[in-house]
Amino acid sequence: MSAPNDGHTDPAVAFEAAKLGVWTFLATEVLLFGALFTAYTVFRAKYPDLFQAEHLKLNRVLGTLNTVVLLTSSLTVVLGVDAIRKGKARLLQIYYGATILLGGAFLCVKYVEWTEEFHHGLFPDTNIFFSLYFMMTGLHGIHVILGMCVLTYVVVLAGRGRLSASYTTPVEMSGLYWHFVDLVWIYLLPLLYLIG
Amino acid sequence: MSHGTTGARRTYFAVYAALVALTVVTVLVSYVHLGMMNVVVALLIASAKASLVALFFMHLKGESRLVWGFALVPLFFLALIILGTLSDTLLR
Repeated sequence: MSAPNDGHTDPAVAFEAAKLGVWTFLATEVLLFGALFTAYTVFRAKYPDLFQAEHLKLNRVLGTLNTVVLLTSSLTVVLGVDAIRKGKARLLQIYYGATILLGGAFLCVKYVEWTEEFHHGLFPDTNIFFSLYFMMTGLHGIHVILGMCVLTYVVVLAGRGRLSASYTTPVEMSGLYWHFVDLVWIYLLPLLYLIG
Repeated sequence: MSHGTTGARRTYFAVYAALVALTVVTVLVSYVHLGMMNVVVALLIASAKASLVALFFMHLKGESRLVWGFALVPLFFLALIILGTLSDTLLR
């Protein structure tokens, strides 16, 4: 922006700096979710029978379906990154658009699950298992919503012609965030749905 | 940065196929009663999937040692928090 020979304006340096920034942010995210994973571990060790009985009340089919939806959305993100690395901004928009739709599909399935659980009288204050279930899937859902907002911003940037093979930073950084959201779900599926 | 080729695309699809296959496996294994081993197997499969996502989708494979450090150090702290908390709550 101002000083042209400043090291920070070197595109390669700026890209590496942005990457380290995102990984640092993801480190704080690991610890945010980590607090809940710690609570899960402690209470599962304390009440194994309760966790065993309660986890069977979750809809395993929808949980698995949602896993496949999120994995697919990670594929479309990485294909979007690949597209912009080749300078194909229009293709990037299609892949990121598909990712946003898949994120929406994930939230719809989650909505159906929660509605089903509420109908069966399962609420966050039912017991410690459902407290953790609603808290963990809820926090994760918020991350999906935020991810969808960030990806929408990237699609808009691409529409304005701001992205190219020589400037992929917003695409790559938003991609890292989306993959992290996928990573969290990869652990939530077994811990909540499969082994309680 | 510009290593986007058709080879890369093929890798992404292969990784995706592996991720879906591992998801099917972990769901099927959960119906088999293995006692404590159910937890171990489920977490091993989840970690294999997480590694695939990190290595190929987040491009950790081929990243500098510095980025690897940024990615792994938080996991060390997470382990420390979980083990430290357990050492208190289990032995109380």
